[in-house]
Amino acid sequence: MLKLEGVQVTQGAFTLNTDLAITDGARVALMGISGSGKSTLLNVISGFIWPDAGRVVIDDQNVSRAKVASRPLSILFQDGNLFPHLSVFDNVALGISPSLRLSTEDQERVDDALTRVGLAGFGARKPADLSGGQRSRVALARMLLRGKPLCLLDEPFSALDPGLRREMLELMRALCEDNSLTLIMATHDLRDAEQLCDHLLLLQDGGVVLNEVLADAIDRAPDALRPWM
Amino acid sequence: MARRAQPVTLIQATGGVFILLVVLAILGPLIAVMLRAETVGRLSDADWAAIEFTIIQASLSALVSCLAAIPVARALARRRFWGRSALVALMGAPFILPVIVAVLGLLAIFGRSGWLNIGLAAIGLGGVEIYGLFGVVLAHVFLNLPLATRLILQSWLSLPAERIRLAHSLNFTDTDMRRHFERPLLAATLPGAFMVIFLICTTSFAVALTLGGGPRATTIELAIYQAFRFEFDLGRAAMLGMVQVAICLAAGGLAWIFAARGGFGGGLDRPAMAWPGDTFRSRLVDRSALGVAAAFLLLPLVAVTAEGVGAIAGLPNSTWVAAVRSIAVALGSTALSVALALPIALFIAARAARAGLEGVGLLSIAVSPLVIGTGLFLIVFPIANPVSLSLPITGLVNALVALPFLLRALIPAVEQAEATQGRLADALGITGLARLRFAILPRLHRPLGFGAGLAAAFSMGDLGVIALFSAPGQETLPLEMYRLFGSYRTNDAQGAAVLLMALSLGLFWLFDRGGRVNAEA
Repeated sequence: MLKLEGVQVTQGAFTLNTDLAITDGARVALMGISGSGKSTLLNVISGFIWPDAGRVVIDDQNVSRAKVASRPLSILFQDGNLFPHLSVFDNVALGISPSLRLSTEDQERVDDALTRVGLAGFGARKPADLSGGQRSRVALARMLLRGKPLCLLDEPFSALDPGLRREMLELMRALCEDNSLTLIMATHDLRDAEQLCDHLLLLQDGGVVLNEVLADAIDRAPDALRPWM
Repeated sequence: MARRAQPVTLIQATGGVFILLVVLAILGPLIAVMLRAETVGRLSDADWAAIEFTIIQASLSALVSCLAAIPVARALARRRFWGRSALVALMGAPFILPVIVAVLGLLAIFGRSGWLNIGLAAIGLGGVEIYGLFGVVLAHVFLNLPLATRLILQSWLSLPAERIRLAHSLNFTDTDMRRHFERPLLAATLPGAFMVIFLICTTSFAVALTLGGGPRATTIELAIYQAFRFEFDLGRAAMLGMVQVAICLAAGGLAWIFAARGGFGGGLDRPAMAWPGDTFRSRLVDRSALGVAAAFLLLPLVAVTAEGVGAIAGLPNSTWVAAVRSIAVALGSTALSVALALPIALFIAARAARAGLEGVGLLSIAVSPLVIGTGLFLIVFPIANPVSLSLPITGLVNALVALPFLLRALIPAVEQAEATQGRLADALGITGLARLRFAILPRLHRPLGFGAGLAAAFSMGDLGVIALFSAPGQETLPLEMYRLFGSYRTNDAQGAAVLLMALSLGLFWLFDRGGRVNAEA
């Protein structure tokens, strides 16, 4: 269970002000126009920004001031998810050991993770030699290896063409179901949301205006959701 | 305001400690000088003359460099021509060209039996006399015209292309361009450029040593050297050192206010764009400016190379030994500089402490190496024989002087690496040395190579502190070259100059190249 209790963040003229709870295993689409606070919200949950007031609670632990890496979550950025000078194998292996000290067993786990995202045999390549979709898969493989229960996605597939994006969303959905992950994905595309998510969190001017089951929200189609229909 | 989580790492803490060490290494000698200095009341007429000459030559050098740079920068900004990028690159060369080589080159052209005087004599005109104010200013303009050109060019090239297209569409004339484009940018750039060059010229030692001298052309730095070396009057040397520090701080403060930033890299590669209002006259002016500047900057180097290359094979043994000694000092000094710069850059970048960067940079530009040398001598003197430590002390001072160049290259790169890869490293819990190795260092190969190249070339060619300390058998190559030149073995000196130039440029090339080869993606 992830809870934001009275969280407040001020950045210049913008203020994020939220209370919300997300149950384990939920797959939440985080939507809202640019500047509504999606990235700030993800940054508060992941720990890149500390709230000025309020608490971030994950599984009854107050993590408001915890380091990013010590929180039980993985994050996928819009881009720059891989170190360009490291091989695919090393990039994935960083999910096990940040200093790249690996046992033989660890190395097998890296290979397994690569196989699960359909990249068996790609370990020796550099990110520059991969397509955009393949790079996303490498990041996903690392996410799997880290084995954190909460996944934050900041429009990670928005640069991919529609077919590839569909494929990645499908893969992500399967990985979530197989590993009972909780997911929060910032997105601009309602169809992407429908494909992967079961909940909708709609932000406007730094506040939550909608937080409910996705299908219900679409059925009722409130004014706030119109721009995406 | 939301804070960003920012864990202090051991490496950054080391950087903080190193900053303290650098400040100590600069302030310690200054304090030693201050304690030893005699009261200003003892300034003799000769000292006052030195102060006056220092300020006059530095003002003239800065003024001429800046004014002469305007037509050159304008031509580079608006003309496309074959060899333009080579000429822009040449504008960066004086950073790595040993001063004493430049002096020898200028002598080959403007000296008593130089090309110019031979030419003038052939058409029955009297010659020019290079020793004295003219020569000192000439050499300073040779060394700083490129810097001024780069500073002005950078500001003109920063003009958005749209605005120049707009000027075209409004049918601007040359005069309109001057009023709306050139003057506002010059007003913003020139004061800073003037102050930086003024500052550089007040602390310039090798030029005054070789082309100045005598009661009418002695700078404060040269007077310190003479008090130290010939009279061994440490009190007087220290007092002159204080005067030098006062001038540097005043000039440094003004330079800080007018802050001419950058000067290398950044935007100079942008292609030139034609300006409106082009006429036959403006084309002629631009071509002349480029031709004169290229000749002025290239001919001395061509001359010294032409005359010296044949003498290399016959150089005395002592010159080769001095060359090896110089390489050792340069490499040691570069290693120290890099070892200091990396943690300091990480420390400053993590705090976004721009003022800290500028402060460190200005401190070591504004403090004269000769004054630090004098202070170190005063500190070491009671404990050990400073002369036996001349090479390590030279390396240390050179490392301190090169530090700001390295920091200027490194800090933006560290900030860039933190922005792009630091977040990812934070998300994955990559900390400490692993973070440095995987996330930051791979992004620093280029600036590290470039900065180390500058440091090595600078140390290789430096004729400053070593002149204060050295005893026979301790000469570096620049000092050896100065000795050859001073004992009228001009051809040997020219041979040594070619060797020194080759080694300086070679070291720069090696480090810079090494950085490029290792930089991936």
